[in-house]
Amino acid sequence: MGNLFKIAIRNLLRYKRRTLLTASLITVGVVFVLVFISVTGSFKNMMIGQITDSMLGHMQVHRKGYVASIENLPLNLNLRQEDVKQLEDMLNKQAEIEAYSLRIKFGGMFSNFVETTNIRLNGVYPDKELKSVPLLAGRVTEGKKTLDKGGIWIPELLSKGMKVKVGDAIVVVATNKDGSVNGKQLIVAGVLESATGPGGRDGYIHIEDAMEILRMEGMEISEIAIRLKDFGRLNAFSKKLEALISKELNQPDKPIFELHTWEKLTPFYTIANMIDVMTFFIKLMLIAIVLISIMNVMIMAVYERIREIGTIAAIGTLPGKILNMFVIEGFCLGIVGAAIGNVAGIAIIYTLNLLKITYNFGQQKGLILQANVYFYDLIVISATVIIVSVIASLQPAFKASRMEPIKALRHV
Amino acid sequence: MSLISADNIQKDYKTGEVTVRALKGVSFEIAPASFVSFVGPSGSGKTTLLNLIGCLDKPSSGKLTVADTDVIHLDRKQSASFRGSNIGFIFQDFNLIPVLTVYENIEYPLLMVQSVPAGEREKRVAALLEAVGMIDQKNKYPDQISGGQKQRVAVARALVTNPKLVLADEPTANLDHKTAYMVIELMKKMRDEFKTTFIFSTHDQKIVGEAEIIYMLEDGELKGMETKGGKKNG
Ligand SMILES: Nc1ncnc2c1ncn2[C@@H]1O[C@H](COP(=O)(O)OP(=O)(O)OP(=O)(O)O)[C@@H](O)[C@H]1O
Ligand SMILES: [Mg+2]
Repeated sequence: MGNLFKIAIRNLLRYKRRTLLTASLITVGVVFVLVFISVTGSFKNMMIGQITDSMLGHMQVHRKGYVASIENLPLNLNLRQEDVKQLEDMLNKQAEIEAYSLRIKFGGMFSNFVETTNIRLNGVYPDKELKSVPLLAGRVTEGKKTLDKGGIWIPELLSKGMKVKVGDAIVVVATNKDGSVNGKQLIVAGVLESATGPGGRDGYIHIEDAMEILRMEGMEISEIAIRLKDFGRLNAFSKKLEALISKELNQPDKPIFELHTWEKLTPFYTIANMIDVMTFFIKLMLIAIVLISIMNVMIMAVYERIREIGTIAAIGTLPGKILNMFVIEGFCLGIVGAAIGNVAGIAIIYTLNLLKITYNFGQQKGLILQANVYFYDLIVISATVIIVSVIASLQPAFKASRMEPIKALRHV
Repeated sequence: MSLISADNIQKDYKTGEVTVRALKGVSFEIAPASFVSFVGPSGSGKTTLLNLIGCLDKPSSGKLTVADTDVIHLDRKQSASFRGSNIGFIFQDFNLIPVLTVYENIEYPLLMVQSVPAGEREKRVAALLEAVGMIDQKNKYPDQISGGQKQRVAVARALVTNPKLVLADEPTANLDHKTAYMVIELMKKMRDEFKTTFIFSTHDQKIVGEAEIIYMLEDGELKGMETKGGKKNG
């Protein structure tokens, strides 16, 4: 085996320029894929992180049918207190959950006693909400990062448009479930930077204030946002929770709850998906580059060495050994391309990070590009390149191994 | 007991519609440790015959046994193994492997055709390097040595597996007369030392004289046989 590698490597060195060209082509391909994956990957992760950590949470539970009309924030589709109690009992037992937050969502009027405008509000337990969407605290640009009863966090646009500052008194008026109207005076406790995506321009009040405004007898909950300890386990856990809910809580004829992961709750999932599709096509291109360049080089190598093949076949080298000889040559070429590509790719990504390139995402300005290379990606890309190299060498190698020695020896 | 026995072998080449009969019923026996030459004009069938004996090709009809093996019925892989363990080859164009050194070229059959353990390998390669007088060139690559030296390396490579038979088709055609003579002498010396049968083809009259048994081929037929010290007509 070692000997086959020795022969393969010496044959590669024999045509230095050609080997170099092919290896560089593979290298460029690998670098391109690595940089692309890490930059788009970091963008994607940032985007998902922003959305899930500043308002959405990783997953949400609603009353069955709520999400279909979520734009209207329907009060008649809230969860009843005893249902919420049952669900909470279940959620409290799940070790995977880091935190969850109960929300009463409703639309209302916001008045500074001079002007009135619309506002969407979340009535929450502030401590639970801040644990479930940890980036929320960071969005409070003015005022306190805590929310007490009687306070309200208002979105930045509202603060500017209505000229309302922290400490000002305002009035929130909302229509109740029965159609009557109720209002409450609140003090502006903080101003929230807008976030991109649905819910990015909502205001926040204490859940008990919300109940008071809506004149709820018992607590009725619009949504429960859940944050997991490990985002990577999202799919597995959502399946598990889904099964638990449908088995233990939902009645077969009249299901109470519905569960959605963040993907189903924001249009940005499509963008995340498109990034994945693009990555897939870029990888496909890499495969094509490797396949064609290695095959090309190996076909030439076999053609140039027909007489050599005839010689070794005549003196008794078995077809399988001859096949291996050429496959190993392609394999080595793949390894060299992958190795140099990995090193160069990491170097370029490292440099990109040093340059601290900034970009904007919706309202968020000056986000710093933080491209990561994952060991997993390196392994997958290297393995792909090497496997494709071997596959590309198979046909020429097979041809070499099947050559008739006398014909090959007579070849000029 | 003979090493090679050919009985009425014929070989036809079909190229499209035309069939060329390159051998027209050739029979002979060759004993172990012989030093044999096939001679004849161009196109007389020397290469064809050597290819058959060397298990590189199959006769169209007739019987052929080499080292007690009916070589006609071997398949591809069996032929390759048979060649690897019984036959050494020397080529007109030397055909050394360019990426291997002199030493590695001689070692090649022990490593890649047979699997001889390292110690034994070293001993055999060293002995042959010594025997063909190439020990001080052993680390050179084929493109760094002369034609005569290449053919000496090829002789060593052919012998390193201790084959029963070494076949050489026009081994001296690309060498000047003096070198050619030395290569034939080397082959003879090797025959004496290792008791290997050597069969070579040539049309160089002076070289022919070095053979102990000479078969005359003409137009695909054996026209005569000469042994050192007398002439027999076949
Ligand atoms: N592969 C082949 N296909 C068709 N005809 C062939 C083939 N090989 C040899 N022949 C023919 O068979 C005959 C014998 O050829 P062969 O090569 O054995 O002669 P030779 O004695 O070795 O000649 P030379 O001294 O020129 O090498 C010739 O007529 C040749 O044209
Ligand atoms: Mg010939």
